[in-house]
Amino acid sequence: MNWDSIEKIAHDVSSGKVTAESLVERSLGAIEETKEYNAILAVSKIRALERAREVDQKVKNGENIGKLAGVPFIAKDNFLTFDTTTTASSHMLENFHAPYQATAIERLEAAGAIMVAKSNLDSFAHGSSTENSAFGPTLNPLDKSKVPGGSSGGSAAAVALKIAPFALGTDTGGSIRLPASFCGVVGYKPTYGLVSRYGVVAMASSTDVIGPITTSVEDAAVVLDVMSGKDQFDGTTIDRDLEIYDGKPFSLKGKKIGLVKEYLSSGIDEGVKKVVLDTVEKIKAQGAEIVEVSIPSISLSLACYYVLVPAEVSSNLSRYDGQRYGLSDTTAKNLDESFEKSRAAGFEAENKRRIMIGTYVLSSGYYDAYYKKAQIVRTKLINEFNTVFEKVDYLIGPTAPMTAFEIGKNVDDQLQMYLADIMTVSANLVGIPSISIPAGNANSMPVGLQLMAPQKSDRNLLALAAAIEKEIE
Amino acid sequence: MSKISEQDIRKLASLSKLKLSDEEVKLYQKELTSIVTYIEHLSEADVNGLAPTSQVTGLKNVTRADALIDYGVSPSDLLKNAPAKKDNQFKVKRMIA
Repeated sequence: MNWDSIEKIAHDVSSGKVTAESLVERSLGAIEETKEYNAILAVSKIRALERAREVDQKVKNGENIGKLAGVPFIAKDNFLTFDTTTTASSHMLENFHAPYQATAIERLEAAGAIMVAKSNLDSFAHGSSTENSAFGPTLNPLDKSKVPGGSSGGSAAAVALKIAPFALGTDTGGSIRLPASFCGVVGYKPTYGLVSRYGVVAMASSTDVIGPITTSVEDAAVVLDVMSGKDQFDGTTIDRDLEIYDGKPFSLKGKKIGLVKEYLSSGIDEGVKKVVLDTVEKIKAQGAEIVEVSIPSISLSLACYYVLVPAEVSSNLSRYDGQRYGLSDTTAKNLDESFEKSRAAGFEAENKRRIMIGTYVLSSGYYDAYYKKAQIVRTKLINEFNTVFEKVDYLIGPTAPMTAFEIGKNVDDQLQMYLADIMTVSANLVGIPSISIPAGNANSMPVGLQLMAPQKSDRNLLALAAAIEKEIE
Repeated sequence: MSKISEQDIRKLASLSKLKLSDEEVKLYQKELTSIVTYIEHLSEADVNGLAPTSQVTGLKNVTRADALIDYGVSPSDLLKNAPAKKDNQFKVKRMIA
C-alpha cells in the first residue's frame, strides 16, 4: 500500500483522523516484512512509539504539531541519532551511540516527524552500490539480484519498499540521486550549504550535502523546507529562500532547458538514452525550449572528483583512531600500533583505498600534480557551468549512464564502479542543486532523469521537477 | 604503467596509520596504480590562468561570538563511547614503546 502524500499524512494526524502511533506501527511492520532486502540496520522502536504517543496526546490537547506531524521516516545510518547506534555501516562505529543528534534530525523532529529506523549504506558512504557495507549489501526492491545503487542504497530501497514516506540520504558525488535512479524514487541534492551537516558523519566536506528521498517531488520539497537554513553548528550553511517550494502551478512553457551533450555521448546505455530523450520530447510538447549545450570539462569531472574527495576523506577519517570512540584494538603495545591496528580492523577495503589515494595526492611531490590541479580543474568546471547558465535556466540529462547492475558485478573493478557516478559528481563539485526523478524503464529497471539548476535556485528546480513529473505520469 | 610500488603502498599505509597484510599490499598496489592512472587524465586539462577552488558558495570568514556555546552534551556523555577511560579522561596506550 502506498503512503499518502506527506502533507496529507501530517494533516490527517493533526486533525486526529489518523494516529501517529498507527503510522509508526505500520512502518515497523513494513520493516519486519522486508527484512530480506537488508535496507535497515537498526530500529528505534521504543523511542519512535513514545514520540508517536506524545504527538497523539498533543493533538488531543489541541496543540499545533508542525508540517510533518506524525510522519515516520528513515535516516541513513551516518546521521547521529538517539536510541540507535550510528554505524556508518562500518565495524569502526559498530557499537557507537551518539551523544547528540544531527541538526537535520532535530529540525524534522521539531516539525513532528518520527524517525523509526536507520538504513544501510556503503561503509562511510564510500561507494555506488551499497555493497561496501560492513553489514552486507542491500538488495534492489525491484530485482533482488541487483544493487539499489549507493551510497544511500538503504534509504532509497526503504522508500521504494514503502517502509516510510521519506528517508534521508547524503550526497557527496551522487549518493542520493544514483540510488533514487536505481530504485525508481525521487532523490534531491540541495545547493551546497542549504542543509546543515552538523551531526552527520563527514566524508568530503567541500561537497557533502544531505537531502530527502521520497516518492514525489512535492514530498521532497516539504522535507527540504523543514531542514533548510543556517545552523550555528555548521559554518558552511547559507541563508535559505523563505519558501522552498509552494506547490503553485508551474508552466513549462518558455522555460529554457539545456540538454547536456556530454551526458548523451559515449558510454550510455541505449535504453537509458531513449527514456531521457522521450521525456525531453514530452517537455518540448509543453512549450519548453530545449537547447543542446556543451560542458567539455565534464569529461574530467570524475578524475577531479576522485582526487578531491579521497583527499578530504583521508583528512576526515583521521579522527577514527580507536581512542575516544569506535573500534579499538586491545592487543597493541603502544599508541601508534593501536592507531594502525584499530583502523585496519575498523575500515572496509574501499575506506582504506580512499584514505591511501587521498594521502597520495596530498603528499609532497604529488600535491601540485594532483590535488592542486584538481582544484583548478574544479574552477574550470564551475566556469563552464556558469557560462551555460547564462543561456539556459536548467540542465537536463540522465542521472546515471546505466540502470541497476547485478550484485557483485563491479566489486573487483573500482573504476567501473566509480563510472556509475560520472553524471552526478559535477553538481557536487559545482555546488548546484540537482534532482533525480523516475522517468521510465530500461532493461526492466527504472531510469532516473536528472535536472540541475544554478546555486540557490532550489525552489525553481523543485517547481520544474514537479511539472516534469506530471508530464511523465 | 606500474607507477605505485609495493614500497609506496607501505609508506602510504604508514602515513595513513593503517596496518596492512602482505596480501593487502599487493592488492592495493594493483588497484591504486589503475586509479592513479585514471586520475592522471587531469594533466590533459588546459587550466592556464585559473585559480584553485576550495569553497563553492563564496562564504568567507564565518565567525561567531567568542562566547561559550551550550551544545547540550556533557563530558560524561562524550566519554560513554570511550574504549578506556580514567578519572573522567580518555586513557590511551603508552606513546613510547
